[in-house]
Amino acid sequence: MPVSQSLETKQPARLEMENVSAGYDGQMILQNLSIQVQHGAQVAVVGPNGAGKSTLFKALVGLLPLRSGRIFIHGEPLGHHKDCVAYVPQREDVDWRFPVSVAEVVLMGRFARLGWTRRPDKNDHAAVAQALEQMNITNLAKQPIGDLSGGQQQRVFLARALAQEPHILLMDEPFTGVDASTQEATLNLLDRLKSQGVTVMVSTHDLNMAAQRFETVLLLNKGLVAYGPPASALSAASIQRAFGGQVLFLNDVAAIVDDCCPGEDHHHPTEIA
Amino acid sequence: MNWLLDPLTYVFMQRGLVASVIVGMVCAVIGSYVVLRGMAFLGDALAHAILPGVAIAYITGGNLTIGALVAAVIVALLIGLFSRQGTIREDTAIGILFAAALALGVALISTIRSSAQDLSHILFGNILGVSATDLWMVGILGLLVLTIITWFYRPFLVISFDPTLAATLRWPGEFFRILLLVLLALTVVISLQTVGIGLVAAMLVTPAATAYLLTRRLSTMMFLSAGIGAVSSIIGLYISYYASIASGAVVVLVATGFFLLAFLFAPQRGLLWKK
Repeated sequence: MPVSQSLETKQPARLEMENVSAGYDGQMILQNLSIQVQHGAQVAVVGPNGAGKSTLFKALVGLLPLRSGRIFIHGEPLGHHKDCVAYVPQREDVDWRFPVSVAEVVLMGRFARLGWTRRPDKNDHAAVAQALEQMNITNLAKQPIGDLSGGQQQRVFLARALAQEPHILLMDEPFTGVDASTQEATLNLLDRLKSQGVTVMVSTHDLNMAAQRFETVLLLNKGLVAYGPPASALSAASIQRAFGGQVLFLNDVAAIVDDCCPGEDHHHPTEIA
Repeated sequence: MNWLLDPLTYVFMQRGLVASVIVGMVCAVIGSYVVLRGMAFLGDALAHAILPGVAIAYITGGNLTIGALVAAVIVALLIGLFSRQGTIREDTAIGILFAAALALGVALISTIRSSAQDLSHILFGNILGVSATDLWMVGILGLLVLTIITWFYRPFLVISFDPTLAATLRWPGEFFRILLLVLLALTVVISLQTVGIGLVAAMLVTPAATAYLLTRRLSTMMFLSAGIGAVSSIIGLYISYYASIASGAVVVLVATGFFLLAFLFAPQRGLLWKK
């Protein structure tokens, strides 16, 4: 393995996937995905349930071993740069009854730098304070996370990802099951990350959001269906291919009949022009 | 004050007190993870799984604690291995190994002809029969467990709260999970002296559950839990001395009393403030 280059200068990430396949025992969920994500791009990952959105993210952070293919970050194989990929998990992946405070959770964003035992220093505390400030939850810092609302919990995890100062940020369904103000805060965060050149991938059920707020869309259904600007990636033909029988066309407007979407009902039917 | 100091004039009481305070604290600290990670069943299972090791040590005339230690570590590692890639669920793996080890222990003990006095101590503890060697063993192993728990506070916190983050950080989650099992096994072994196999689970769970009702910080929970474990041990031992009741049982009952108090009166979380 080549010697690690210094990542001191915050060079935006470039992510490459070559023929990536991943899945759980016996079941290959994601097959032969090859894409390149440009420096500082913001990509919406969409597709029906079970299309492999979460699987893709889990493969990217090393939670699932690759069955085949290769992933490069900054041209280095996965796992080479430990702290440059941050992952905001779906909220149900975390034990919310655990006795930790908001500030403690956000400090976990610094663990990649601190390792198992080193004590946080001034810079770490400053990064935590800044992340709390950016997500507008400074007043909650001492609260136990179990006492927070769903939207507040989401902000805590976004703050943790910010404290990590990642080059690539992966968010799994950040718009599902949260209140409007948290959705707005998440979108504002995306704008700020854009100006900082952080590469972002966001999975979402909301095709509207994907079309309006992202310049690149990755449409998945077990493998690549389309990848590009919303206008082409979310064409009627692509959506038909990805969603199959779940899609209804009314005067060139696609409506997804998505009846197994986790979380709130207000997502469907989703329409895109 | 005489009633406080009188018992301490006996060497067996001094040793018993020191041993039970150490055990109470170590159980309570690692018990915080037992409670938070839902490992209560595992703690109980480990305690029973020790039996064959003890029986073999007894039959061959070896040191019972060392026999227990070997058996506990083997079972902990096997449970970790069986449930490793999610081939079978952890509680199923525990159920199988627990029953198998217990059966083996009972089978071995049934071959012993003589009255197995020491073995009944393993089952129910013999706090007043702690020898100087036992006390050293308890002290060293207890210190070892506490040191490792403190030193690796951060990885243990992460694998328990958010295993996804541990994987993202490329921390060896599997290693820490098995390390925790081994530490739990060591704790169970040193508890044999004081509360015995039957009641170890209570010492692991009850003080930590009490502390959980009183705080929402893991580090505070561990300190509080250790305090409750230590105080329960001291009070329990004094009651045992004056009322001539089996000490392990009294210690557990005192700890349970603390839990009930917290359950009723804990600020915010107590039953009384809920309505």
